Amino acid sequence: MKPIRTFFHILVATLREIFDENAYQRFLLRTSSAPSVESYGKFVCERDAAMTKRPRCC
Amino acid sequence: MSRIGKILIWTLVAVLGALSLATVALHRGEAISAIWLVAAALCTYALGYRFYSKFIAAKVLTLDAMRATPAERLENGRDFIRTNKWVVFGHHFAAIAGPGPLVGPVLAAQFGYLPGTLWILVGAVFGGCVQDFVILLCSVRRDGKSLGQMARDEISKTAGIVAFVAVISIMVILLAVVALVVVNALKDSPWGTFTIGMTIPIALLMGIYLRFLRPGKVLEASIFGFILVMAAIFAGQWVSQTPTLAQVFTFSGPALAILIIVYGFAASAVPVWLLLAPRDYLSTFVKLGTIAILVIGIIAVRPTLQMPAVTRFINGTGPVFAGTLFPFAFITIACGAISGFHSLISSGTTPKLIARETQTRMVGYGAMAAESLVGIMAVIAACTLQPGTYYAVNSGAGMVGQTPQAAVATISNWGFPVTNEQMDAMAHRVGEKTLFFRTGGAPAFALGMAKIFSDSLGGSAMAIWYHFAIMFEALFILTVLDAGTRVGRFMLQDALGHIWKPLGRTSWYPSIVVTSALMVGGWGYFLWQGIRDPLGGINSLWPLFGICNQLLAAVALCVATTIIVKMGKARYIWVTLLPLSWLLAVTFTASWHKIFDPNPLIGFLAHARQLVSGPATADLGRKLFNDRLDVAVTGLLVLLVAVIVIESALQWITVISGRKQPVTKEAPFVATRYAEETA
Repeated sequence: MKPIRTFFHILVATLREIFDENAYQRFLLRTSSAPSVESYGKFVCERDAAMTKRPRCC
Repeated sequence: MSRIGKILIWTLVAVLGALSLATVALHRGEAISAIWLVAAALCTYALGYRFYSKFIAAKVLTLDAMRATPAERLENGRDFIRTNKWVVFGHHFAAIAGPGPLVGPVLAAQFGYLPGTLWILVGAVFGGCVQDFVILLCSVRRDGKSLGQMARDEISKTAGIVAFVAVISIMVILLAVVALVVVNALKDSPWGTFTIGMTIPIALLMGIYLRFLRPGKVLEASIFGFILVMAAIFAGQWVSQTPTLAQVFTFSGPALAILIIVYGFAASAVPVWLLLAPRDYLSTFVKLGTIAILVIGIIAVRPTLQMPAVTRFINGTGPVFAGTLFPFAFITIACGAISGFHSLISSGTTPKLIARETQTRMVGYGAMAAESLVGIMAVIAACTLQPGTYYAVNSGAGMVGQTPQAAVATISNWGFPVTNEQMDAMAHRVGEKTLFFRTGGAPAFALGMAKIFSDSLGGSAMAIWYHFAIMFEALFILTVLDAGTRVGRFMLQDALGHIWKPLGRTSWYPSIVVTSALMVGGWGYFLWQGIRDPLGGINSLWPLFGICNQLLAAVALCVATTIIVKMGKARYIWVTLLPLSWLLAVTFTASWHKIFDPNPLIGFLAHARQLVSGPATADLGRKLFNDRLDVAVTGLLVLLVAVIVIESALQWITVISGRKQPVTKEAPFVATRYAEETA
């Protein structure tokens, strides 16, 4: 069972990283803030700069 | 496992790989199962990864697990973050896998399944995977620097400028060609247009949901967006069967092109969180899921390949695009074999996430092998169609005849029987009025994919699967369009800021409007040119895109070779020099053909001469200008890359001959604080 659990753990972690959920958690930790519309707004502002410069391949 | 056990297993993999490749390559005159292609691919990647990438890692790049990566040294919780290697792998794969490995192999299937398959396997193992791996490691050792910065630092300032021009050019051509693929897939298709149109409000809704209702719950919003998209696919069927609504969502090619150009401009100007980010999440969600289902579907159904191994069109008379097997097959399939665009990702976000140098092998080499497998799946999807159907869907009216009757007669005369009734029945099964002249590769891929999915469920719901596949491809492409236009806009702002400072301010609205208009105007012009092309547009634009992409790969391999030489590893120069030499041979020959070939279907100048000697038309001047513009773009890129190659070669010669002391711009060695962690 352990390998299956590890697989799903990694899958969820990968999805959370791809979908920026981990990035938001790190932002909350870094800025010592709680999840809220305001903190997500600040996160999005910070994230926008990186997002717009991130190429997507053909 | 014991040493003998390992030797035994790898010998078995090698034997199975050789057997599968022999079956794929040597069978003639009878259909083979697609599973042979899958087995050949998996064994080739396994052997390439286990032996070749390990050799590169140990001997050429000498990966050092004790050396701290930028993610450790510069960790800031924002760009530089030590991340689990599987997470980085998934992240990197999601960024490099776009519509390219799906469309290119479908187009190249006109030569038969064999040339494309062999190029995808050999190109990936010895070219694409090596490029991605080496560039990723080089960037990791240089604090995550971009390809352009590395070209400037390691070769010369000129190389940096050339890399910039190459990147901008490839983006303009890439965006035009992918937009053309979408237009050709959606023209006169109310079902497809409605579904894709609905993804815009769905993305906006997701944006608002994420921003104000459930901040940060991206996975949740993506699942919710996906359910809405599936609902839109089902609703699309109803729209297409309701005459008044069907009329509203039926657009010609030029009308769709205008809509996409307007959309591209708007998407470049609205806030990222509102459209770009949610669409990106939704597209990634659909992309990862669909690719996984496609792989499972092909393994479960094990479809038979209907296309011959090699067709008569290797002589250059192909109806999908004109040109001989060499060099055109090798520029048509870029992503899946080797793609210069990947070097931008390998020197972008990924190097800032790598926790251990040794992980660059799995992420760089491994993710490209995974993308190459997607290319093999695309070959299978295209080649499971009856060849007559494949050519009828993928050929422009200018190539096979202006009417469906003329097209089926031409294609049947080539020895690929197809009838109007078969095509009508197929169109009816997928809920379309017609499938003739749907150039661009997307509809043919969607048909193949729908057939595989439908067969796996006993042959039902072909129409739903077809439109799901079209939605999947178009969503991919529109994401590339959104993100590409923005990235191009930023690059232009960066460059123009050197001329006049305010233009470099990314938040200054006049600068946003000007640079967005320049980017959209650039790709929009080429898109318009493709739409008006009687040969289907893909015939001239896809090779141009392939040349640009492979030239960018040549730039990346020049950088990689220079760094290897400067590292004192000149005896292993062949690792990057061989794929570089092949790419230069391919791209320079293809460029020569595209400019000077006497066949007007291939050469831009010959086409212009044909126009001049033909009857005068109102748009003659514009068509002539287009041909000359294509000549100028191709010629300029070849010239620029030739400059980089010469500058790089001079560096190699001076270093190898001992006339110059090699100085690399690597960040100084710092020992990792995580030495106890297993790599």
